[in-house]
Amino acid sequence: MGGIMKKPYRLTKARHAKIAFNHKSFHGFLWILPSLLGVLVFYLLPYADVVRRSFFGAVDNHFTGLDNYRVVLENTAFLLAVKNTLRFTIFCIPALILTALLCAVVLYRSKYGGIIKSAFLMPMALPAVSVALMWRLLFHSQGIVNQWLTHSSVSGTDWMNSENAFWILVGSYLWKNLGYDIVLWMAGLGGISQNIYEAARVDGAGEWQCFWKITLPNLRTSFYTITVLSFLNSFKVFREAYLVAGDYPHESIYMLQHLFNNWFRSFSFDKMAAAAVLESLVLLLLILLFQRTLEHSDN
Amino acid sequence: MMSRAKLSKFILWGALGVLAILVLYPVFFLLAGSLMGNDELERYLGAVIAGKEGYVNFPLLPQYPTLKHFVEIFLDSPEFFVMFWNSMKITLGVLAGQLVVGTMAAWGFAKYDFPGKKGCFLIYMILMLMPFQVLMLSDYLVLDGLKLTDSLWGIILPGAFSTFPVFIMYRFFTEIPDSLIESAKLDGAREWQLFVYLALPIGSSGVIASLVLGFLEYWSLIEQPMTFLKDKSLYPLSIFLPDVTNVGRSGMAFAASVITFLPAVLVFLGGQDYLEQGIMAGAVKE
Repeated sequence: MGGIMKKPYRLTKARHAKIAFNHKSFHGFLWILPSLLGVLVFYLLPYADVVRRSFFGAVDNHFTGLDNYRVVLENTAFLLAVKNTLRFTIFCIPALILTALLCAVVLYRSKYGGIIKSAFLMPMALPAVSVALMWRLLFHSQGIVNQWLTHSSVSGTDWMNSENAFWILVGSYLWKNLGYDIVLWMAGLGGISQNIYEAARVDGAGEWQCFWKITLPNLRTSFYTITVLSFLNSFKVFREAYLVAGDYPHESIYMLQHLFNNWFRSFSFDKMAAAAVLESLVLLLLILLFQRTLEHSDN
Repeated sequence: MMSRAKLSKFILWGALGVLAILVLYPVFFLLAGSLMGNDELERYLGAVIAGKEGYVNFPLLPQYPTLKHFVEIFLDSPEFFVMFWNSMKITLGVLAGQLVVGTMAAWGFAKYDFPGKKGCFLIYMILMLMPFQVLMLSDYLVLDGLKLTDSLWGIILPGAFSTFPVFIMYRFFTEIPDSLIESAKLDGAREWQLFVYLALPIGSSGVIASLVLGFLEYWSLIEQPMTFLKDKSLYPLSIFLPDVTNVGRSGMAFAASVITFLPAVLVFLGGQDYLEQGIMAGAVKE
């Protein structure tokens, strides 16, 4: 299957390891040592402290067992943020993946594909704050979008202070991530051998048949990867939410990052610790599950 | 008459074209605004900035283009310069750190074997995929312990040890053929010479790809500076939201936005091929 989606190095590495293992084990460790020390100091050790704190009270620092977890899971703000994050994911991921696939299939076979692809990638480069200014003018109650709508029968609304904020957030996410997913899909398309298509055409297969019977099945590995990456990127959508609504957004786009910010400001480290551990466990599970799926799809 | 296939192709391309223009709209919008004079801005944006009746009506070509607002920023707003340099310090500091520590780690992971390597690499990958909110408290605890809150180092150091560039560069280093390394060794090359004269030049596109991705990430950094910096004189451009609704100041707000995105767009235009390679390398499975 797809050339770039695979690790090209497996066989030679095993051989290499046998020849060089004893001699090299010490050197290899030295190369990663500086990075590993930094990772230990800045990520792993403090994370261990967070896990410890999740079992202790914030003020008197005595052991409280699973109390923090119970408090977090019963917290209405937490439940709202989780609900919004899930709802957001359910709308965004399929929309993003399908739009990107459609664009990639069309762009892949055309000579102007490169230029249009650049256009789609450009939002990746734009810092959220420089675009926030424009979003404000676009979605103001007397803003540009409402001006466009005066020409149609739809009446304008105050976009940011209603349920619509959610859809603007969805749009912002698509706008920002479309190019990224197109590049990944096109890489997947590039990994399909042209010979298969030629053989199929000789046998009289049409465009649609080729797409359903060859292209889609061969993109399965890419599909898993793209889904996971898009999913993980959707957790970082706070930047877009901030872009859309600033610090205090409408309830419908109150995401986990907003909640963590609020807890941080009020020094509720006990709740933060428990929620961080919960979220990392869920993500860890998904990442490992994803790896397992990939291994199976390989065989 | 057009055949059906041709017609559907036409529609597809039309839709793609419209989509591409929509995607690029913000860039043109901000550029146009930054080049308009105050009168023109007030006329178009009056509904929002001066509380007038009606709606904003914004053309994409200024009638009387002027560079006045850029001159104003350069001459009258020292605080803007401070933010610009803070952004530069953060971005370049992080990238310099990644360039030293990250390349070495990537090389170690790619071409050596040692006990615990698989486990380490898995931890690196998991860390790379975790969103900021999960690591926020741990980040704060360590910065507080090291007395680095409210300092640019508190943003730079965790970024320099980020595991994402290690993962990207690892991809490119594994593709260097072993035979090349073995023959360099037979010629008497030492370990560090292999790294400097063989790995870095041959894997350079991977290094550049990770630098391009890193620049875009740290130039637009929002969460970390918002959480850890209290002193306004340390703020980077990426968290400075200019007030566009202020009469007489909206032109400067537009110009500030353009100056904020310009370095990132230049890096993007110069390094687009590397950016794409980097995106793909991030998706390769392990």
